[in-house]
Amino acid sequence: MTATTRRPSRSGIRGGEALSGYLFTAPMLLLLGLFLVVPVLMALWVSFSDWSGRGSPLSGDVHFVGLNNYSALLTGGGLAEQDFGTALKNNAWYVVLVVPLQTALSLFLAVLVNRQILKGRGFFRTAFYFPSVTSSVAITVLWLFLFNSTGAVNKLLSFIGVKGPNWFNDPDGIIHNFFGLFGVKTGPAVLTGNTALGVSWWDWLGGPSVAMTAFVLLAVFTTSGTFMLLFIAGLQSLGGDVTEAAMMDGANGWQRFWKVTLPQLRPTLFTVLTLGLIGCWQVFDQIYTGTKGGPGKTTLTPAFLSYQSAFNNQQWGQGAAIAFILFMIIVFFTLVQRWVLAERKVSKRRMRGYEIPPSGTPVAAPTQPGRDKEGQR
Amino acid sequence: MQRRTTRWLVVGALAAAGALTLSACGSGFSSGSSTSGTGGLTSSKKALTVLIGSSGDAETKAVNSAVADWTKSSGTKATVSVASDLNQQLAQGFSAGKPADVFYLSTDALAGYASNGSLLAYGDQLKNKSDFYPSLVKSFTFDGKFYCAPKDFSTLALEINTDMWKAAGLTDADIPKTWDDLATVAKKLTTPQHVGLGIGGEYARIAAFMTQAGGNLMNADSTKATANSDANIKALDYVKTLIADGSLKYAKDLGAGWGGEAFGKGLAAMTIEGNWITGAMTNDYPNVKYTIAELPTGPAGKGTMQFTNCWGIAADSPNQAAALKLVEKLTSSSDQLAFSKAFGPMPSIKSAAATWKKDNPLLVPFLKGADYAKGVPTAKGAADVVTDFNSKIESLATGDPKTILDATQKNLEALVK
Repeated sequence: MTATTRRPSRSGIRGGEALSGYLFTAPMLLLLGLFLVVPVLMALWVSFSDWSGRGSPLSGDVHFVGLNNYSALLTGGGLAEQDFGTALKNNAWYVVLVVPLQTALSLFLAVLVNRQILKGRGFFRTAFYFPSVTSSVAITVLWLFLFNSTGAVNKLLSFIGVKGPNWFNDPDGIIHNFFGLFGVKTGPAVLTGNTALGVSWWDWLGGPSVAMTAFVLLAVFTTSGTFMLLFIAGLQSLGGDVTEAAMMDGANGWQRFWKVTLPQLRPTLFTVLTLGLIGCWQVFDQIYTGTKGGPGKTTLTPAFLSYQSAFNNQQWGQGAAIAFILFMIIVFFTLVQRWVLAERKVSKRRMRGYEIPPSGTPVAAPTQPGRDKEGQR
Repeated sequence: MQRRTTRWLVVGALAAAGALTLSACGSGFSSGSSTSGTGGLTSSKKALTVLIGSSGDAETKAVNSAVADWTKSSGTKATVSVASDLNQQLAQGFSAGKPADVFYLSTDALAGYASNGSLLAYGDQLKNKSDFYPSLVKSFTFDGKFYCAPKDFSTLALEINTDMWKAAGLTDADIPKTWDDLATVAKKLTTPQHVGLGIGGEYARIAAFMTQAGGNLMNADSTKATANSDANIKALDYVKTLIADGSLKYAKDLGAGWGGEAFGKGLAAMTIEGNWITGAMTNDYPNVKYTIAELPTGPAGKGTMQFTNCWGIAADSPNQAAALKLVEKLTSSSDQLAFSKAFGPMPSIKSAAATWKKDNPLLVPFLKGADYAKGVPTAKGAADVVTDFNSKIESLATGDPKTILDATQKNLEALVK
């Protein structure tokens, strides 16, 4: 690449290559520009303007209002800030539950269906993948029926003597409910008195509502199939030799999975976690078809709030501002994740366990594995 | 390296410029409409588009045939399209500068569209202006201007399951006249199988009690927040005692989507709903026998809520004169009576009342409510506050009415500042 660009463009037989390259990519660049870059830039402008939804946002009647829309959401003290805080709270709990659960489940399923001895692997792969290809609207509607107060899930629970909650209509936070079991109904004054984004700390710590928990289950159910596929692909690209070597060294199946297979899956794990994180922060269609933010605003998410404030309340600037704050949140968490999962040198302390003991101290050798285990705990 | 970056910048700029040129070809943006015609209205030969949010086939058919009649008599073409998400489609139309000419508009949306200039304030030019119920006209008045013609309306009344009523040993003389009566019969009607009164746990139902106590979230013009008034606290306290008695439950807690479903499924012996419930009962629960009564009188007299939509006309419409004519026809007595027959709502004009009462003797309690009904707050952003209020009132059973209303008061005051 650098070699060709350094060459003077007019000389030689390859002179027109760059031009034709641009020519070939031009349609795609234009399409991307038209449907991606321009709308994004316009939305960015709207988030800094007082556009009210009539006529073009680029017309002369629309004024630049600086950070007004952002400050209304972040420090306004009014309903807008409170709603945004609630939406962030709901979505944060959603992410905290869905991302680890779906990653663990999809990895588990992938390891299961990747086993050579499993009969009918094709069937299981299809079965596990099936929820992912079904439309999210259809699955949401199905979920509404399953989790109805008299629905199938509560029937099942009643067989084991549990009176199921009224899932999609129950605004109580599950952590609050847990504390409620011990008679703690209101939090300490430190938590209830102080607020962040218009929502008290006690409410931030309340956990997802029962309704949101049903959505968490829905997300895990639908997406784990997709990510299972990614993990299968990752697993199949691993060579058998490392695992075999580990077997020769006497590692059992559990150790092989945690110490040999999983570290090699790091790139796939990063992909799955990142895609999961992005998908979770953008959750919209389930909310739109399911609960529209209810009960008690406990399933309100930033994506849905953005839609609602723009299309229903004509607060286009705030709607766009929410979208950009959401974008920054996603970028931030992706970077954090990248940093956490980055390849690092094995620390000296850990490394010691793998080192060959220096010669001349054969007596210490047998104790080495034992110390190694302790060091890792 | 630097050379590459500049190249990418050039390519990006070219792509953006090209895309902008293309989007400019799409027209829509910044198209000036020529305003000329009678009474400041635009007029042209252009066909009209009518955008409606339909409740079902019956409504679509009725509007279609009324508009087709008008096309025949006026010679101006008009097409009806049914929106799957009315708010979204309206918003898209307004931002593109090519909105539907005539459309359904809810009281919530009025303030937003009126304040950004999307709507034509044509109310005062209507020939039948004085025929509309004054409280409905108030619902569609913003900043002192009567914006659009109420297309119809509904009020809340009390629906009673007659079989359960008789089973509890009650007679016609027991139909509740006061809050105490209501509490008594609701208790009598509560059995392990069903609750006495099952209503939607939202402002749009519970506010009926507020109006009976003499309150509402805002004053009639929606210019002043009155959420934490004593009347409202009294109303919520009353509802709370009914919940505590076990004789009132929200539809959601009964496993139903709304009051009508709880009532139709026999989960509640009484409910408070509007006249739309009659359609649901005939279609979904034809075997349930029921009767309709006016809501009981509260400490401050009679009270109920009214709900209405209007026929909005777009400020950007190229043919406002024809649109106004169409709306006059659609709000005429004959058309409104036909709509009422097809899908239930009550005519918004006084001159149609007598005929309507004769046609629907069982539904008279709904129309009687028109005399004392109050509307929902219409200040810009009020819909959000109501949603917030709804989310709090869901936990009224364990909440404190004063705290709930104080929070709502604060939010409403922020709107009218």
